[in-house]
Amino acid sequence: MAATVDTAPALKPTPQVTARQVTAPPRGMTSWLTTTDHKRIGIMYMVTTFVFFLMGGTEALMMRLQLGAPNNTLITPQTYNALFTMHGTTMIFLFVVPMMAGFGNYFVPLMIGARDMAFPKLNALSYWLLVAGGVVFYGSLFFSAPEAGWTSYTPLSSIAYSPTNGIDAWIFLVHLTGLSSLVGAVNFYATIANMRAPGMGWGRLPLFVWTILVYSILLILALPVIAAAVTLLLTDRHFGTHFYDPSQGGSPLLWQHLFWFFGHPEVYIMVLPGFGIISEVLPVFARKPIFGYKAIAASTVVIAFLGLLVWAHHMFATPSPSVVLVFFMLGSFLIAVPTGVKIFNWIATLWRGTVEFTTPLLFCVGFIGTFVMGGITGIFLAVFPVDWQLTDTYFVVAHLHYVLMGGAVFGIFAGIYYWFPKITGRMLNETLGKTSFALMLVGFHVTFLIQHSMGLSGMPRRIYRYPDVGNLATYNMISTVGSFILALGILVTVINVVRSVNNGVIAGPDPWKANTLEWFTTSPPPVNNFDVVPRVRSVEPMKDIRRQVERQETLVRA
Amino acid sequence: MRRKPLFLTLVALSALLLIAAPASARLFDPEHGGSPNADRIDTLYWIIFAIALVIWVMVEGALLYSLFKFRARRGAVAAQIRGNTRLEVGWTVGAAVILVVLAVVTFALLPGIRNPENSGPNGYSGALLAASPVKKLPPNGKSLNICVNGQQYIWRFTYATDCSKTTALDPFAYERMVVPVDTTVTLDITGQDVIHSWWVPALGGKFDAVPGYVNHTWFKIPASKVGSVFHGNCAELCGRNHADMVADVQAVTPSQFEKWISRQQQLIKQADTAAAQQRKQFQNNTTSPTP
Repeated sequence: MAATVDTAPALKPTPQVTARQVTAPPRGMTSWLTTTDHKRIGIMYMVTTFVFFLMGGTEALMMRLQLGAPNNTLITPQTYNALFTMHGTTMIFLFVVPMMAGFGNYFVPLMIGARDMAFPKLNALSYWLLVAGGVVFYGSLFFSAPEAGWTSYTPLSSIAYSPTNGIDAWIFLVHLTGLSSLVGAVNFYATIANMRAPGMGWGRLPLFVWTILVYSILLILALPVIAAAVTLLLTDRHFGTHFYDPSQGGSPLLWQHLFWFFGHPEVYIMVLPGFGIISEVLPVFARKPIFGYKAIAASTVVIAFLGLLVWAHHMFATPSPSVVLVFFMLGSFLIAVPTGVKIFNWIATLWRGTVEFTTPLLFCVGFIGTFVMGGITGIFLAVFPVDWQLTDTYFVVAHLHYVLMGGAVFGIFAGIYYWFPKITGRMLNETLGKTSFALMLVGFHVTFLIQHSMGLSGMPRRIYRYPDVGNLATYNMISTVGSFILALGILVTVINVVRSVNNGVIAGPDPWKANTLEWFTTSPPPVNNFDVVPRVRSVEPMKDIRRQVERQETLVRA
Repeated sequence: MRRKPLFLTLVALSALLLIAAPASARLFDPEHGGSPNADRIDTLYWIIFAIALVIWVMVEGALLYSLFKFRARRGAVAAQIRGNTRLEVGWTVGAAVILVVLAVVTFALLPGIRNPENSGPNGYSGALLAASPVKKLPPNGKSLNICVNGQQYIWRFTYATDCSKTTALDPFAYERMVVPVDTTVTLDITGQDVIHSWWVPALGGKFDAVPGYVNHTWFKIPASKVGSVFHGNCAELCGRNHADMVADVQAVTPSQFEKWISRQQQLIKQADTAAAQQRKQFQNNTTSPTP
């Protein structure tokens, strides 16, 4: 203990040697391709995955165009099936999960007061594996794209029913992005466990870092299962095995169990870091400490644990005994408790605060409002007799977009608007930001609220056309119009980012008067992040530092 | 103050949704009306809906209230509260209690949804009714059993009491299932090639047709619905023409049903004889030139 106190630099008034030499930060293309700096890797992650987001979004718009009118002939069934397969796979494997890794890469070391990730070279490897996965997957566009959905259920994905190589491209995407995430997860874990600033115990870890820690653990637990599952699929397709072939003693349900054992934790892998961003941004703009820090951190862990035990609620319509259905129904109910706790805590954080309506805060509020809807429709789906009516319809499509657009995408946009000043040193334009938020929020709800009704009227998902019965034509038209409003909103943010990178108002180190350590250094931070790492005394080290500075100033004046 | 319009719109939007919800219940109503189990699912759905609506209004209301009530004003100071254990335990327990209620309601309604009930007094009572030893049957053991087989991209319906022992002479039909009203119909559902999902919304939930497995469900169309045709669509992605894999269920009177069955049997027999003749002819043609 004595040793730690001695080396705590913030306590020592005497000057210290913090760098032996000063080199100019490297510039140019090669420096980016060969970098092992967590900040540059983080930026590359975020830019790459945002490009994939735009690609996945374009695919969604094409689907909405096709569904804009009943019996439309704009897109062939083959192309349509390829579109929803690419859309789902892109958004999950190439956007949300690696986007969170991008935020994690850039901000975990800064928030815990570290100078880089634990394994910088491994970090670069994760990024390049992700790029390889994306290239392999999108390369299939020039040959034959996969058409079996992001879930690739067997036997549809077997060689007999999917004879082209699209499924193989999908398998390699899962392997490559999976390896990327695994390597990244180990790196995050090692970084968070070992490289925290002096004084930062587990009870002072920023909530975003908590969620990245849990995200990493979930990835480490879930990814090997999907890796095994797709390997079995690969050997079934090409090397004569019959793991999923019922005529040879295999089972198509084995695939579903393995897939969803990964697939359900994957949902929490996608939304938990979003929760983390919300838990960081809300207290800053409510000017109030987060309400119930321990409850929020604990609920993250509980959600992750329960999230590992509910996978078969995706399989309520399969031939399964009632006792299995009941188990997975009750398990899914349980998750509502810690999730509800988080939402109540966030609202309580706003309560009696002084709420400043900045763009990051608006996205947080949009997140909570939207995610609550997704959580509530989740309860409907957890009740398995009701799920029998709702599963595999547009109701589920609406539900999952409320959860993932609400839970992940609004969280990501909150993160973009909150941290852009730190990454670039410049502020994003607030007017454009608010316009973008308003368009996205309205566009999102116009697109997806009505999809609940489509599902309730009997429209299954993944169909390339539908007959002109009931109100389906009107519902679908509304949804299509909404999707273009949503796209416009996203475009406004893209324009905002492009404009502000070089022309935004200079941010300074701490434009928001925030709570965590990343705001202690300059914007953008130097290569080594911090010359001096301060000792952490609470969950809000920057608040302590500002207070200390004020005290010293008054002392000097007096 | 300049930011007010945006939030007023937000409030107005949520209010509109609230008003729209009860006003247009059909917008949020699952299909039902063709079978008691579908109606019970509908009841369960609306119970959950009522509870969900209350929670939704409360949570969104609390969110919007704290946003507007506590927006930054000159001179306002944020209360530095870090938590309140009693409150936090309170809402954790509260959430759990609501879920217990939901679970109890579900368990109460479950048997009526899952387990087939007896046919009505005016139901079909012909030769195709029989007991099956392997699955859940109505309490009196009598149901009209149909073997549902999903194939890319069509449904085949074979009318047989034991689906593991169907013969070529069992009456069958494609795409349109004809059933008598007031009669409990049990389905043995399987897939022949890839996974399909049986779903006729007004008759109840989805049941996946998985190759190598048999899934079970049932329905009983009330006598008042005689003459109706219920439409459904395959609900599990099964390939490029998944959208076109439809199923119709036509409700007829028991006597019409018996007529239809015997006509199907006759047609099948005729077609079989014709096919046998053609096969013979074809065999003779191909075998005769070779020694």
